[in-house]
Amino acid sequence: MRFSGWRVLREGLTGNKGWAPHWRDPEPKAEYDAVIIGGGGHGLSTAYYLAKNHGMTNIAVLEKGYLGGGNVGRNTTIVRANYGQQGNSEFYSHSLKLWEGLEEDLNYNAMHSARGIINLFHSDGQRDAFARRGNMMINQGDDAELLDREGVRHLLPYLDFDNIRFPVYGGLLHRRGGTARHDAVAWGYARGADQRGVDLIQQCEVTGINIENGVVKGVQTTRGAIRAKKVGIVVAGRSGQVAAMAGMRLPIESHVLQAFVTEGLKPVIDHVVSFGMGHFYISQSDKGGLVFGGDLDFYASYASRGNMPMMEHVMEAGMTLMPMIGKAKVLRSWGGIMDMTPDGSPIIDKTDTEGLFIDCGWCYGGFKAVPGSGFSFAHLMATGNHHAPAAKFRLDRFRTGAGLMDEEATGAQHNLH
Amino acid sequence: MLARPGPDAGEVAWDNYLHLRDNPAGVTEELWQHDGGCGSWLVVTRDTVSHVISKVEMAADVKRAMQAAS
Ligand SMILES: Cc1cc2nc3c(=O)[nH]c(=O)nc-3n(C[C@H](O)[C@H](O)[C@H](O)COP(=O)(O)OP(=O)(O)OC[C@H]3O[C@@H](n4cnc5c(N)ncnc54)[C@H](O)[C@@H]3O)c2cc1C
Ligand SMILES: [Zn+2]
Repeated sequence: MRFSGWRVLREGLTGNKGWAPHWRDPEPKAEYDAVIIGGGGHGLSTAYYLAKNHGMTNIAVLEKGYLGGGNVGRNTTIVRANYGQQGNSEFYSHSLKLWEGLEEDLNYNAMHSARGIINLFHSDGQRDAFARRGNMMINQGDDAELLDREGVRHLLPYLDFDNIRFPVYGGLLHRRGGTARHDAVAWGYARGADQRGVDLIQQCEVTGINIENGVVKGVQTTRGAIRAKKVGIVVAGRSGQVAAMAGMRLPIESHVLQAFVTEGLKPVIDHVVSFGMGHFYISQSDKGGLVFGGDLDFYASYASRGNMPMMEHVMEAGMTLMPMIGKAKVLRSWGGIMDMTPDGSPIIDKTDTEGLFIDCGWCYGGFKAVPGSGFSFAHLMATGNHHAPAAKFRLDRFRTGAGLMDEEATGAQHNLH
Repeated sequence: MLARPGPDAGEVAWDNYLHLRDNPAGVTEELWQHDGGCGSWLVVTRDTVSHVISKVEMAADVKRAMQAAS
């Protein structure tokens, strides 16, 4: 089934009776060439690119819940390529290029919207830091423009420019940044993988990893044992637990990150905007809800919900920056479990077990990485070689201290990012 | 709660201490500071799934007990 404007029109005129399920619901086979543990954004994109780029179609994605039920459906959907550290820069740059061709490639409407991201600054020192970041983005081949106060006022007239404590000095505009509909991204990759023969197996929790003489042999699941020549662990916040099945301890702590959405409003916020003096960022969804969030709650958690102090901080920061949103009613808040690494950057690597690979540590920024991560992880799993844009995401960088990517320059230790 | 290795314990021990985590989904012991109040350091026993706190002790008391035991 292909989507097209013509198809939508025809279905609309004939009572929408011709739509079929987007993917099959197969029984697990006894053996695959490769299995991917985790049917989130990264697991599904990995499966898609294994099939599409490497011709590996005798593979399965094993998901303990339902496809897209994890963080891929819980994030605030921001897509950007504005990183500053070597290693991250080239990776996110590659990922953003994949985003730009994604909907045509998948024949799926992911509502990718390059509406522009504006990171505001509120002091001379912050201006210098953002000017430097903008230059790094341009050096990487991506786009950045430094806006002065009037430039920001032109785009975001609703800000409290003369706030007594945190006046707006200007902003860094990244025009190609924006948002996408998160669950459509998961569904698009799922459908694309399924069409190429990948088995997407839901309600199938991996409970053990079979290893013999240092070589991976398959997995134990709630739907029986499955043999596999290669296994990829792509389980985001659950990385520590699944890696423990293979006897590994990871440089990862799971933390909760919250987000909030208001009632639907008419279009009022046209970009993604972030505050430079507190943890607050915001965009408006196509349904009209203001979607916003802040920082981690900063304690280890698997609860998928946060607590009041961060909620209060986020609301205060929002009111400081754009008092107009104070009249909007918050409808919902929720949390997701983030796989935090000590330096805040991800891991795409082999493990000490032959045939066992791991893709994790996406922290609070892995949605934008969904295309790039799947592309690079599939390359590693299929060829055994690191893919150039992700070659620095090494598991051993913490032990050796070489190649740390600490974007915030706070130190490569837990609880600092 | 993590035991800090000696300065010469080597790369593997320090990697274990600084970076690698059991990352338990369930009960865990952590060091917290009562930042918004008296500033005390506390050893808190907490469930990472339910957020239930089952025990809080003064870190100084825990340290004294550990020293007495060793
Ligand atoms: C509130 C919030 C806001 C965010 N905002 C942004 C943002 O604006 N921009 C951005 O780039 N990123 C953002 N992120 C981060 C992003 O959502 C994550 O980094 C990313 O989704 C993680 O990868 P994933 O999609 O593969 O994870 P998930 O969707 O969590 O996938 C992991 C899957 O593994 C499955 N699984 C776990 N254990 C097992 C097992 N034993 N067997 C089988 N399956 C298993 C889970 O059920 C789950 O479906 C945000 C996250 C949150 C929570
Ligand atoms: Zn106190």
